[in-house]
Amino acid sequence: MSKIPVQFTLNGTEKAVFVDPGANLLDVLRRGVGDLSPKYGCAQGTCGSCAMLIDGELRLGCLTLAEAVSGARIETTGGLQTGEEPHPLQTAFMEGFAAQCGYCTPGMIMAAKALLDRNPNPSRDDVIEAISGNICRCTGYQPIVDAILTAADRMRGRIA
Amino acid sequence: MPVEFRKDLFANERDDTLKEIGQPRIRQDILGHVSGRSPYYDDHLFEGLLHMRCVRSPHHHARIRHIDAGAAERMPGVVRVVWPADVPHNINTLLSLINFGRDDEALLQPSRVTYIGEPVLAIIAKTEREAREAAAAVRVDWEPLPHVLDVEEALKPDAPTVNGEYPNNTFDYHDLYDHQKLRFGDVEKGFREADHIVEGEYRMSPIEQAPIETCGAIAAPETNDRYVCHTATQGLFFSLAVTAKLLDIASSRLHFIGGTVGGGFGGKVDSITEPMAVLGARLTGQPVKFMWDREEEMQVGAPRGAELWRIKDGVARDGRILARQFTGFFDSGAYTRLSSYAVVKGTGHLPGPYTIPNVASNVYCVFTNRTPATAMRGFGITGVDFAIECQMDKVAEAAGLDPIELRILNAYRDGDMKAHRREAKNCALIECCQVAADKARWPLSPQSRAASSMTEGGVGWRAEIPETVTDQVGRIGERRRQALPSEPGAGAAATGRVAAGMRRDDRSVELPPQVADMAKEQERTGYSGKVDLPDHAAPASVQPAPATPVQRPAAPLPTQPPPPPPPPAGTAPSLPPAAQQRADDPEAAEQARRRAASRFISGTRRRR
Amino acid sequence: MTLTVETYGTLAEANAARRGDSRYLAGGTLVMRDLNYAVPGLSRVLRVSNPPRAIRQQGERLSMDAGVTMADVIESREAAFLAPVARSVGGPAVRNMATVGGNLFAAHPYGDFTAALLALDGEVQFVDGRTQPMEAFLAERDRAPLVASITMRMPRTGEFRFRKVARVKPKGVSVMSIAAWLPGAPMRVSQVRIAFGAMGPTPLRARAAEQVLEGKVLDASGIERALSVATQGLAPVDDALASAWYRNEVAPVHLRRLLLDEEPEP
Repeated sequence: MSKIPVQFTLNGTEKAVFVDPGANLLDVLRRGVGDLSPKYGCAQGTCGSCAMLIDGELRLGCLTLAEAVSGARIETTGGLQTGEEPHPLQTAFMEGFAAQCGYCTPGMIMAAKALLDRNPNPSRDDVIEAISGNICRCTGYQPIVDAILTAADRMRGRIA
Repeated sequence: MPVEFRKDLFANERDDTLKEIGQPRIRQDILGHVSGRSPYYDDHLFEGLLHMRCVRSPHHHARIRHIDAGAAERMPGVVRVVWPADVPHNINTLLSLINFGRDDEALLQPSRVTYIGEPVLAIIAKTEREAREAAAAVRVDWEPLPHVLDVEEALKPDAPTVNGEYPNNTFDYHDLYDHQKLRFGDVEKGFREADHIVEGEYRMSPIEQAPIETCGAIAAPETNDRYVCHTATQGLFFSLAVTAKLLDIASSRLHFIGGTVGGGFGGKVDSITEPMAVLGARLTGQPVKFMWDREEEMQVGAPRGAELWRIKDGVARDGRILARQFTGFFDSGAYTRLSSYAVVKGTGHLPGPYTIPNVASNVYCVFTNRTPATAMRGFGITGVDFAIECQMDKVAEAAGLDPIELRILNAYRDGDMKAHRREAKNCALIECCQVAADKARWPLSPQSRAASSMTEGGVGWRAEIPETVTDQVGRIGERRRQALPSEPGAGAAATGRVAAGMRRDDRSVELPPQVADMAKEQERTGYSGKVDLPDHAAPASVQPAPATPVQRPAAPLPTQPPPPPPPPAGTAPSLPPAAQQRADDPEAAEQARRRAASRFISGTRRRR
Repeated sequence: MTLTVETYGTLAEANAARRGDSRYLAGGTLVMRDLNYAVPGLSRVLRVSNPPRAIRQQGERLSMDAGVTMADVIESREAAFLAPVARSVGGPAVRNMATVGGNLFAAHPYGDFTAALLALDGEVQFVDGRTQPMEAFLAERDRAPLVASITMRMPRTGEFRFRKVARVKPKGVSVMSIAAWLPGAPMRVSQVRIAFGAMGPTPLRARAAEQVLEGKVLDASGIERALSVATQGLAPVDDALASAWYRNEVAPVHLRRLLLDEEPEP
């Protein structure tokens, strides 16, 4: 089984890695380049815990063929923080008790970021729709929706 | 949603000057969660990590005629095939750690599978894909056997035996009965006095906990002849002890690291992935990961078990419940896991948060060819509470009463005697009902509004342990031989009575306990005088008493399982009666031999 | 078993490389799942580096390349009538990946978008130039060549309706989906096409209901007979979401709500 070279940027840093044919991007990020923030939950696209941005679009690492992302720009929750400063979504999740076990959180935050990147002023329904592909078994979702709306408010304040 | 503190309620029972409780506090682990840096077990990377996958039963019930793993063994990347014989002590029951129940489940099943997905073999390979492909290449020659998937079918004489350790398809309670009994007062008398009889049947399906992180563990050899194990377990030392027992390894050689769990909800206490991973590391000398995929989590991950409840209530015209009878079935699936305990816990919860003078229940832990059931958020209670509260609505309808007022009327008050002979304390149902009614703008009568958990309780009959009718129906093995009815008291050729008692004053019953179990539970019978029992042996020889009230109560009232006495050190464990009954069954004989040969008795290392 | 992934420049090249053991990977939502679970027999995967993703109006019909994603459909002005259907598929991440072509092959209980294409008189264009009506395609899709594009009728406003019934809000897998093309609605309808998703191995037409609706007005009495024959020709199965019995029981209820254009239950 010959390995395939793949290059991409992960959270702004160039990465080059050899991947197995058929390997999914989630595995490659976690074991190949050591970004452990996307999580394995189902490997079939139903849970959203490996959600990440690929060229600005929300996608699932487990359903993305690793060799197909050559040249792509990948963003994960692991790279959201700038220095010591958490992203407003991270702050809002912390303050709003929007995580309990924390396992769905990295995917949930990327789904929220994908929404706010396109729609800085979302309605509650927009937020619910945006995280509809991410399953959380602990919180009951309400604190998560509240946190995303709070983050949106704060980010608009910052821009204004 | 902000928490609303009702400081007007129970103000004198509480210190309201607390500094932390009630204050918004950020979780100490949340920075790791939102930055993706919390260390779940699978976030520990190991050089040369091997992957373990199981070969699983496609049948509800089948005998394994032959396994051919030759082709799988030769496939690329395969490091090791793990057979049942590779498991040093391949039999366990989870609650053996607290001396409850008999070992009944193998880590890898060697001879007969009893549920879909039961593991029979494992493959360790260099990549997950190679492990999957090799597992798929293992050829198993199955001989499908008749199966049973329904709790009541499983109790019938002609039902196939699911669990060899419990040939009657029921867990043994107190080495005596095939069910957990609760007897309090005389339900038949209550039914006779009632104006309405209300009956209901309630069924709950199994529920998968479905944590987003599936169950799994990574184990690796460590220095000083130890193994490190990173695990998703909810009970770290529980899993450590189970691993030590199954692998016959000193617990001091196991270094378990956990605590960061990606959701559990009860589904991560069964301690299957940890012994598998450590076994893999031990057999290969390399780090091994054993992780369930989502399909395994859903198919073989033990769910909250199915339950079936029948409730019969005798209700007075004014809505007071005079008698309540339960017949309950917990579907344990193929093995005991924690269902035996769920039954005991559920029985202790009956008849719900209501003061009812006559209560009787028979609750069964039944083995079927379904996925073994285990813990999930309030298990033992949640299902029967659903049944009870549906039943309360039904009673309200039958009695023509408002459902909330019916609950307030019957609710526990402080000082009331509960059916399991404990005093009700810190009751709050009435206040909950009042607040809920307010929130829902639901009108309440002045009496219901004035009611309080702190008044009217613990006086007269409410504080009494009533004279109690008992029976000895449902001894282990009896049901399957005679197709007995399952409800309390049914089929009793004779009943005994236990005299009434009081808890809250110095008066006590005049009659001392007359059988050994009652002596153990002395404080609950209300008797505080001297006990002089000629024979403390198990009451197998107790003769059924006449049906009329007499001076000689005949049956024990086990409402909580007394722990079985530990066997004397240095002796071989004696075979339980169930095992003796089936000495002609070679599989059972093998299991009995293994148990006898074990250096473990119910999880305790025997002194040599 | 050695797994190979072969990347081609065009669909035609990929089609020429197809053999019995190969599968074509588009958005990844079906084939990657099978790769992750090492489904036996899947050892050769074909893909095209940049498959076409255009949506074009052609007279009364709309054409979509097979590589069009659900997110593309939602953003397209010409395909606005299909946006509610595309929005009902998966969450946002899945919609960015899942393609119209892939949906044609999605096994029960998936394939809600295909049910809509079936109702809209869809036609499949294969890479080799041949075409096939949707219904015939679905009956033998396991043997189909690579799909290049799909065309469908563009309904007039109010003529196309879609409902997806799921137990999880706002989004869950289908208990069933119903798509209906109702020329003439809400007055007298003619040449009606009704398709059910998750009511059989593939999306299926409710032909008996279609026939009795001919010339009817979509009111309570006009649709009565259609409801009574709603499940004729459907073949639902038991799965983890619903039993076949339940699906048959509730299908007329949901069809009634669709035909009377009642608001879906919240």
